Amino acid sequence: MSLLDRTARGMLMSELIGGMALTLKYFFKPKKTINYPYEKGPISPRFKGEHALRRYPNGEERCIACKLCEAVCPAQAITIEAEPRDDGSRRTTRYDIDMTKCIYCGLCEEACPVDAIVEGPNFEFATETREELMYDKNKLLANGDRWEPELARRLELDAPYR
Amino acid sequence: MAPSLTVKVTVDGIEVEVPNGSNVLQACEAAGKEIPRFCYHERLSVAGNCRMCLVEIEKAPPKPFASCAYPVNDGMVVHTDTPMVRAARRGVMEFLLINHPLDCPICDQGGECDLQDQSVGYGGDSSRYSEDKRAVLNKDLGPLVKTVMTRCIHCTRCIRFCTEIAGVPEMGATARGESMEVGTYVQKALSSELSGNLVDICPVGALTSKPYAFVARPWELKKTDSIDVLDAVGSAIRVDTRGAEVLRILPRLNEDVNEEWLGDKSRYALDGLKRRRLDTPWVNRDGKLVRATWPEAFAAIAAKLDGMPGDRIGAIAGDLADAEAMIALKDVLASLGSANVDCRQDGAALDAHNPAFYTFNTSIAGIEEADALLIVGSNPRREAPLINARIRKRGLSGRFPVAMIGAEADLTYRVQHLGDTPDVLQTLLDGTHAFAETLAAAKRPMIIVGQGALARPDGAAILASAWALAARTGMLRPDWNGFNVLHTAAARVGGLSLGFASGKTLAQMMNGGVDLLWLLGADEFDTARIGAETFVVYQGHHGDRGAARADVILPGAAYTEKSGTYVSTEGRVQRTAQAAFPPGEAKEDWKILRAFSAMIDRPLPYDTLDGVWARLAAVNPIFHRIDMLPRFGCGDQTGPVSQGAMSAAPFEQVIHNYYMTDPISRASATMAACTEAHRPAPSVAVAAE
Repeated sequence: MSLLDRTARGMLMSELIGGMALTLKYFFKPKKTINYPYEKGPISPRFKGEHALRRYPNGEERCIACKLCEAVCPAQAITIEAEPRDDGSRRTTRYDIDMTKCIYCGLCEEACPVDAIVEGPNFEFATETREELMYDKNKLLANGDRWEPELARRLELDAPYR
Repeated sequence: MAPSLTVKVTVDGIEVEVPNGSNVLQACEAAGKEIPRFCYHERLSVAGNCRMCLVEIEKAPPKPFASCAYPVNDGMVVHTDTPMVRAARRGVMEFLLINHPLDCPICDQGGECDLQDQSVGYGGDSSRYSEDKRAVLNKDLGPLVKTVMTRCIHCTRCIRFCTEIAGVPEMGATARGESMEVGTYVQKALSSELSGNLVDICPVGALTSKPYAFVARPWELKKTDSIDVLDAVGSAIRVDTRGAEVLRILPRLNEDVNEEWLGDKSRYALDGLKRRRLDTPWVNRDGKLVRATWPEAFAAIAAKLDGMPGDRIGAIAGDLADAEAMIALKDVLASLGSANVDCRQDGAALDAHNPAFYTFNTSIAGIEEADALLIVGSNPRREAPLINARIRKRGLSGRFPVAMIGAEADLTYRVQHLGDTPDVLQTLLDGTHAFAETLAAAKRPMIIVGQGALARPDGAAILASAWALAARTGMLRPDWNGFNVLHTAAARVGGLSLGFASGKTLAQMMNGGVDLLWLLGADEFDTARIGAETFVVYQGHHGDRGAARADVILPGAAYTEKSGTYVSTEGRVQRTAQAAFPPGEAKEDWKILRAFSAMIDRPLPYDTLDGVWARLAAVNPIFHRIDMLPRFGCGDQTGPVSQGAMSAAPFEQVIHNYYMTDPISRASATMAACTEAHRPAPSVAVAAE
């Protein structure tokens, strides 16, 4: 009986037709593939991408050199040095992140008491040399300036869950 | 019935026996219970104003008691962890935090803050306070202590420290309640040599270290236990480093020496370790010092040494030299046929025949047992602030007549000034002076002879007279030795113990007395006295006076960069530990000398640190007893050899500026700021009416 059944299916090409039907169905469905880099997929407000150091609206840098991010960093990717600025306030003289060490866990962002260090939405920072991934304070502040509107919006969206 | 010496107290079910007169907090500690506290400090008087140490006591009024200010009774039953105690402490903490700013991220105390720790341990989980906080103007306490007075919780530890330990009652509180402010009444730098300790005793971040401001967090520092060498006290210190940099020096507990305090120079001169360092060998070529390699520098010395008679070679050890380097240098010179070594840069007439003639025999802790004191030619406040603090502590605990012969000075306790010339010493010796009776009547009298009395032409006579006075007034007994020499140089006792004072003296080596002079970090004498033709080798860590005159410079290691043995003024043998590495090409000093000895084909018989230590112990057995100080009475009253008579010249201060006494502190910007801040104010001309 099973022999007859199998032979009939083979002769009628029902499996082939079923497979082609599925192909045809997906042919007319909307496409999932996007045309990267001209198109990009959606990103969660909590996405942990490239780091940035933020400023206050008046231009003052937020980071106060408390070194909590340095302490919490499980990969020990952050190096901070600080001294009193001319006005006596506590600021960093050096804020380095070794992006090759970073594991993008986001603990630095969580540890920061002033929302200075954040991981932004940018994930397209691949470089040609290793040295370019040793970020210093200027690079991080420049990142912050470039991404600030996006960073502020992400923090606002995530605020209810913090 | 006589009152019993101890009482039994039950703390949380644990029965402990504590001395009668203890307070409840001490009883709780004896039972191993942790009691939170801010104002209470073991070495200060009890203030009882923070109210954090509350406990519950059975069969007493049903209220929480401040355990630091409540004496124990026999049979007392104490509870430290009841709901009432917890609620009371939580309430106290909430009140303390009302006016304390929540600026922990920018506070230097963060990570080592009592308030932080105790609010986590005993405080509530949230704040109910939404009103305005108070703010207080910061006070200027000079270049060492930074103030953020808004953080002050009014524990008054700093006020009590200044008044009781440091003896300069300059701090105080004005107004009451919320308006209370702690500060100096008149804005000025603290005039104490112990002001750095305010930073340690402040339980919050109100008083922090100014040079260390924002530099590092406690958790990123590597801690190395070491010994201070910037004075001859031998205080126990902890060197905090990050990478290759020494960032902070803190005192370490040593009840026999520094208790838990540290002088400002020892604590803050560390930035001098980074400046003016010698990091490469230099050789004089055609009248100009040029950078060289180690073989070139050694070759230059060897070329000069070739054929030189041993008697024409000499060496002087400086005040920071370690015993390892001194013994290696002495052995190198001995192999060259020279015994001309001297470690007495100031020319002090120290008799090395008997250790009792050049050490602080009573010991620092022994000061507390003494009952009369005569200071000759010394200003312990500048020469050894911690010994001065110990004398003051003894003075506070009961009758302790102190007299001094020498330049008049404020020593922070009551001193009878007898005069400033050696004549007074003679009248004491003759027994015609009134204070001689005080000394003779005392059971445990002591005398402190400073370098101001010995570093003068008639030093030997003064030393002999002081010893004779000690013998006459009963200071030298089999059970008590009250004869003390107070040194200012950490290397001095070690040098004398190793016999680093033989052959030609420093004075004889000057003006062409030798053809080759090896300076082992020797900077504290007038280098212009060295003969113009003398070839000078300077081995040390700082480009100071000695290096300026040198023909060859060999870069050495500072005390934080080597494991060096030092003998304190007490005769206590202690070792520093390597906390960082010497900069550039610099090497540990004994290794330099070992390498040099091999280069001139007279290798020293040791090439490991253990080998050097064995050699030290072979030369003098005291180097066997590290960190231990057996106290001996005086069995032999034979005095040092007296030469000549005492002159009538007044005693002079040996240290005019406490903050700059050695190459490290002279290179320090912090010490320069202190020198500037404590410079005597120029006399202001008063306008004629």
